[in-house]
Amino acid sequence: MTEKTEERRQHKRSEKTPVKTKMREQKPKDSIKNYKEVPFGYTEAEAVLEAERCLHCRRAFCQEGCPVEINIPGFIDAILRNDFKEGIKIIKETNVLPAICGRVCPQESQCEAACLLGKKEGWDPVGIGRLERFLADWEREHGVTTPEVAKPTGKKVAVVGSGPAGLVVAADMARLGHKVTLFEAFHKAGGVLIYGIPEFRLPKAILAEEVETLEKMGVEIKYNTVIGLTYTLDELFEMGYDTIFLGTGAGLPRYLGIPGESLNGVYFANEFLTRVNLMEAYKFPDGSDTPVNLGKKVVTIGAGNVAMDCARTALRLGAEKSYIVYRRSINEAPARQEEIHHAEAEGVEFHCLSSPLGIMGDENNNVIGLECQECELGEPDESGRCRPVPIDGACFDIECDTLIIAIGQRPNPLVPRNTPGLETHRWGGVIVNEETGETSIPGVYAGGDIVTGAATVILAMGAGRTAAKAMHEYMMNKK
Amino acid sequence: MFEIVKKEWLHDVIFLIEIKAPEIARKIRAGNFLVLRMRDGAERIPITVAEYNREKGTVTCIIQVIGQSTKLLSTLEEGDQIKDVVGPLGKPTHIEKYGTVGIVSGGLGIPLANLVAKELKEAGNEVIGMVGARTENLLVWEEEMSQYCEEMAYCTDDGSKGMKGFTTHLLEEKIAELAKKKKKFDLIFTVGPTIMMKFVTQITKKHNIPTVASLNPIMVDGTGMCGACRVTVDGQIQFACVDGPEFDAHLVDFDELINRLEQYKKHEKVAFDKYDKECGGKHK
Repeated sequence: MTEKTEERRQHKRSEKTPVKTKMREQKPKDSIKNYKEVPFGYTEAEAVLEAERCLHCRRAFCQEGCPVEINIPGFIDAILRNDFKEGIKIIKETNVLPAICGRVCPQESQCEAACLLGKKEGWDPVGIGRLERFLADWEREHGVTTPEVAKPTGKKVAVVGSGPAGLVVAADMARLGHKVTLFEAFHKAGGVLIYGIPEFRLPKAILAEEVETLEKMGVEIKYNTVIGLTYTLDELFEMGYDTIFLGTGAGLPRYLGIPGESLNGVYFANEFLTRVNLMEAYKFPDGSDTPVNLGKKVVTIGAGNVAMDCARTALRLGAEKSYIVYRRSINEAPARQEEIHHAEAEGVEFHCLSSPLGIMGDENNNVIGLECQECELGEPDESGRCRPVPIDGACFDIECDTLIIAIGQRPNPLVPRNTPGLETHRWGGVIVNEETGETSIPGVYAGGDIVTGAATVILAMGAGRTAAKAMHEYMMNKK
Repeated sequence: MFEIVKKEWLHDVIFLIEIKAPEIARKIRAGNFLVLRMRDGAERIPITVAEYNREKGTVTCIIQVIGQSTKLLSTLEEGDQIKDVVGPLGKPTHIEKYGTVGIVSGGLGIPLANLVAKELKEAGNEVIGMVGARTENLLVWEEEMSQYCEEMAYCTDDGSKGMKGFTTHLLEEKIAELAKKKKKFDLIFTVGPTIMMKFVTQITKKHNIPTVASLNPIMVDGTGMCGACRVTVDGQIQFACVDGPEFDAHLVDFDELINRLEQYKKHEKVAFDKYDKECGGKHK
């Protein structure tokens, strides 16, 4: 902290602006016609303006609120000094993927939730996520410096899955001088960041650059390789890997168990998004051979980020109506506020307190509608959210010709099923020591959605960081 | 990149490719499948395997040109590269000594049935093959399969080879023939067009013969991720790519599968016509 910071600490709240510096964004009428990112990001001047809102608390609550404990006061201070290069360096000490986190982290329930400025009624917290994004984008425009790597340790690490957890482990391990091979089942790296999160929320070029940086650090990526099938974990050890990290994610759809889920025109969110994002079905037939079967009226069931992504993607693909059907009220929705805001602004219509009863089809087995039960809010359930209670006799139908089920994913079963001795929970998650990420097999670590079930990018990254640290110690102490 | 080391046309619309893929060849077994992606922008398509050679590190697939992707694949020649090949996917066929096993297969199911026949014979089963196609020329790989079968019966829709009729007729006949000898099938394995498997299953249900069907739903990733390949088995959703592709045929909802296979017919035509125009109809 500089003297300037001390001086700024004297600034009173009355000298601050109560609301966040606005981020310019595409108008909804334009954004639904393209796949470009909706918010444009801050300019240098806007970033400094936003950084000036910081109260410079002596105890950094924001940092405590971050799962990877980014030195937030440090980078805000650097922005105030116009030293953006230093700012990004500070972030990268703890977060290797800031351009991604700045865009997809749920800051409102983490760092920004802890920000003292936002605690007062009518006041926004500092736009920490926006500032993180600004620094990462600034670096990309000004040339990314490849992180230095330690001299080779002679140890080999296998990272399974190139999603957020795997990317972090690969980066951390490479930085420590270990030889890293990243195994990916798909033909592109990124996991959920490439197949799940749409271009308009996370441009693929950003991800590609992050992956390129890893390769420059010496990480070898082996595509088209399904661990559990192409190679088992035992075979990886035989090939000379000293430790293995499992970051295979939540890749198995959850379904509702109501009639009609296999009608034509009914998608699981993962299929719909994979077709559009990874396989670029929005270009079909010019530039992509993978089609997506989209009607005019699209219903998405669920209210998480994935559901918002589906509902907004449907609009871009030309749907005239895009509905969200959710059994609780909007206040219980797991999606980020920003995503709900964008969905509403773009014209997605919400049917909350509506519980799906059955999917209706015509004589050709094409979906024609969804039957719903109206609900009211009851007592909170084990998740702490208010439980939807059916209102007697209040049922209604929504007409649709495409229906997307976006109610979450379960852990992918391929590695657990093909690895004797790897202990899992009954619901499929791999059991780990929370402090180290170590599984029931010595030398095998796991983190991210394969351990927790579908959660967030930053939690997966945090788990990756924890595991990387433990893996390093394990390898260096083993003779 | 995966090199095509051999290519051979078996018929006007059916060709064989042998692909160099040592990592897959070392592990693949009967019942497993691959996902191929020919080039950037291409679809991911699931493909069954007819043969493998662990020493050479190759896998052989037999493919019929039915849509744009298979047509694109058919234009690749020996020495050309396939961008992505993933495998071995799915669970391998469950092989044990059952006794007398009938394999009922049609069309492009026969190459897959070939590998299953081989492994069943090696496990000590008496294998009886019942195979068919629309016409003699479309009957492929049946010679290879016959070497693993004690008996082999053929049929074609037009009678150009073997019995005139469908594999279901062959099956009914064989069941009756065995019954006369006081014998029965201990298992029927069926692979081929879904409609054929549906009718085969109706017959084996009637005769109470345990039956395994190798299903061919639409897939995208082939690793359990997307759920496109879901089939209803015993009233439950199952994912063919990770829970299958082989299931107890008596419990499979074939009508639903047939419907789901129709989903992209319209798109397939658009893609095919566009591709055909681009190539000026020059390819085979």
